[in-house]
Amino acid sequence: MAKQHVTTTVNGDTVEFLCETEQTLLDVLRDELYLTGSKEGCASGDCGACSVMLDGRLVCSCLVLGVEAAGRKVETIEGMARGEVLHPLQQKFLEHAALQCGICTPGFLVAAKALLEKKPNPTETEVRYWLAGNLCRCTGYDKIVRAVLDAAAVMRSA
Amino acid sequence: MNDMTPPKAAQQHLKIVGTRPLRPDGVDKVTGRAKFGADIHVPNMLIGKVLRSPHAHARIKSIDVSRAQALKGVKAVITSADLCDLPSEFIPAGEMMVNFKDMTRNVMAREKALYEGHAVAAVAAVSEAVAAQALTLIEVQYEVLPHVMDVAEAMQAGAPLLHDDMFTIGVEPRPAKASNIAKRVEFGFGDLEAGFARADVIVEREFATKPVHQGYIEPHACLASVSEDGQAELWCTTQGQFIVRAFCAKLLGMDVSRLRVTASEIGGGFGGKTVVYLEPLALALSRKACRPVKMTMSRTDVFRASGPTSGAKIWVKVGATRDGRITAADALLKYQAGAFQGSPVQPGAMCAFAPYDLENVRIVGFDVVVNRPKVAAYRAPGGPIAEFAVESVIDEVALRIGMDPIEFRLKNAAKEGTRAPYGPKLGPIGLVQTLEAARAHAHYRAPLKANQGRGVASGFWFNIGGETCASINLGEDGSVGLVVGTPDIGGSRASLSMMVAEEFGIPLDQVHAIIGDTTSLGFNFLTGGSRVTFSSGMALVEAARDVIRQLRERAAKIWEVAVEEVEWVEGHARLSGKGKTLSLAELAKTAGKTGGPIIGNAAINATGAGPSLATHLVDVEVDPETGKVTILRYTAIQDAGKAVHPSYVEGQMQGGAVQGIGWALNEEYIYDDKGRMENPGFLDYRIPVCSDVPMIDTVIVEVPNPRHPYGVRGVGETPIVPPMAAIANAVSHATGVRFTDLPMSPPRVLAAIDAQRGA
Repeated sequence: MAKQHVTTTVNGDTVEFLCETEQTLLDVLRDELYLTGSKEGCASGDCGACSVMLDGRLVCSCLVLGVEAAGRKVETIEGMARGEVLHPLQQKFLEHAALQCGICTPGFLVAAKALLEKKPNPTETEVRYWLAGNLCRCTGYDKIVRAVLDAAAVMRSA
Repeated sequence: MNDMTPPKAAQQHLKIVGTRPLRPDGVDKVTGRAKFGADIHVPNMLIGKVLRSPHAHARIKSIDVSRAQALKGVKAVITSADLCDLPSEFIPAGEMMVNFKDMTRNVMAREKALYEGHAVAAVAAVSEAVAAQALTLIEVQYEVLPHVMDVAEAMQAGAPLLHDDMFTIGVEPRPAKASNIAKRVEFGFGDLEAGFARADVIVEREFATKPVHQGYIEPHACLASVSEDGQAELWCTTQGQFIVRAFCAKLLGMDVSRLRVTASEIGGGFGGKTVVYLEPLALALSRKACRPVKMTMSRTDVFRASGPTSGAKIWVKVGATRDGRITAADALLKYQAGAFQGSPVQPGAMCAFAPYDLENVRIVGFDVVVNRPKVAAYRAPGGPIAEFAVESVIDEVALRIGMDPIEFRLKNAAKEGTRAPYGPKLGPIGLVQTLEAARAHAHYRAPLKANQGRGVASGFWFNIGGETCASINLGEDGSVGLVVGTPDIGGSRASLSMMVAEEFGIPLDQVHAIIGDTTSLGFNFLTGGSRVTFSSGMALVEAARDVIRQLRERAAKIWEVAVEEVEWVEGHARLSGKGKTLSLAELAKTAGKTGGPIIGNAAINATGAGPSLATHLVDVEVDPETGKVTILRYTAIQDAGKAVHPSYVEGQMQGGAVQGIGWALNEEYIYDDKGRMENPGFLDYRIPVCSDVPMIDTVIVEVPNPRHPYGVRGVGETPIVPPMAAIANAVSHATGVRFTDLPMSPPRVLAAIDAQRGA
């Protein structure tokens, strides 16, 4: 079957790509657009390493088909910093040493940003349940939760 | 050079070591820029895929690849015939041993498939879809054989035999019949019988643990490119690019100098990325296709065909007097090796009773093959299993004699000069300090409610040093580039840069750390054994001191004085008593006129890695209706020697504790009656998620390691040793039932509670 031509918006830019119908949005981001910040940890929606925003909603890009992105807005980790300025979440992840190997970090940041957009003042429990779809094997989550709570405080006072 | 005198004066006035700067690779990792194993694409690249055995144990009668080969878009197909067969030869590899006869068979089945998921063939094609289709066209004729999964069953006479040439090592005389028992080990000393005769209380228990996977979030991935003249490049996610080079060169029959291996950023390893799986296959495919070949594992493949650590059966017997002195300790460990010999039973046996000062002790261990994936190192390999059993029995003995479990441990704690059960006398270690910190911690006195319990356990891990090379290159502007050969798995660029900046007395941002590929340095052993900050740090300190010596010589030349008159103080050469100084930048700028570029190299065999000891406290609540165990509070206390970057030391402690929580409560490999794994995904193999755990409090104790210039001990592995016993002890105290089998999942806990209630 011929490849599908898809036009979409990624991190504010209009993007066109060709993809097989069975390719996931994650496959397209990584292998067609070379946006490899979104990671594949499981390809089954269990680890959250591929988290992106689709029309403002947090999704696992491994559970979305590439063709489904047509005419929609995709936001990935590559669009999180503004020029030289890191997003407060990115800055707080660095300050709190909230990453060790760093493979889960993009997914956590995208998911945490989605949380803070909905809920600027979450409790520790709310942070923990919101991020329960993102697996981290290195940190034990302690410093991640602290970084998210600290970033929330900074963003509220900004 | 290993006996580096710690700079005492410097130790007292540390400016950078012990602080918490931002890690130098951090921005790349929060922006998605960092390149991990699967994040690379090159022109003309093929995709490789592996055909895996559906059977747990089967003779491979034939493999017909002709139809796959003929499929349009397929550029290479390989089987075991494309890799070297190699004789049995044991090579020490850090905390584990490797055997190339087994390795070549593990990466590609030869005579038999020995576990479900065992690779039997591989293809490279123009796309993932074509490669997947090609796999369906490979015809393998199997003769399915009876399989054996359980360690005790595998040890019985008449059990299905995995290898007909396996005769137990460590037994005299050598057995006449082949068996699944690869090795017997024994450690200890004293008179057990006399020791137990003196005991007022003896506790004897059997324990069982399941295999658990390292669970790194990044699946194995690599990209190989072999040119027509046989020169090869390999990019891969690994804990050791030099080990990958050594293993792949051997399996492919190449000279190591023809193979350049670059380690990508690594998305977790925990020991599981110290071996090769896809890498030799990608090289063999690329060699055949003369095009670059990229391979990645699916999560299912990761579970079925990589890692895990051993499941085990353990028996422990400990005797003590009423006043709290252990009189004898005995243990029997039976570890699953998976399909090939090499379980971590030896290190497990060595550290089983290592936290204690014992007169009479024995540990016997068996390494047993079963039809499961070959185990790989997992964070303190072997230790957590043995100490889960030992620390559970220690807790029970303390309970039986009516002594506080910390007090009981303090009365028997190993310290400097204690003879370890595995032979040598221990140097300075921090067990007593961690126990005292635990006893003094507010956590230890916090009130508990109904259905809640508190557990304590300690843990020991050796840590290693090993072959290490490092370079320091002085830039012409005075910036300092350092190159190490140990992949940065959790912040070591930070800790290493900090020690170098401290040596030079310059700001941290003047130092830039690079992880070199295999052409940039001499051989380096891998990132493992908690050795990087210790060993690469030691090598860098040596290289830095060499550079500083040269800088002093250059300054002496400029000032026309003897080098002895020049000191190095805070990034400057200073002429003693004359007030003249030259900065690092000034000396670097004029280097061309004073003798040429300045570099420092070190090539060492790092020795003197001090063991790190830990004590963990945990509070749990057990739901009597469902059997679910909730972790309410957790405190990890550990001796770091010297915490170079305390945040990343805490991170190791927190991460290890939570991995241990998973091991204790949820994680296990589940197989059907045909030996097929039933839960090869993160939905059903459930590692702890954010909402499963509380904050993990940490206390860093610092008992300096005298063999390291900054007193460093490895810290990465010890944190996973105490959690299983600490949690089992807590659950036992909450329920009144002693839990001896892991994981303590809700059905198991509920069944035990119901049995006690007589339900």
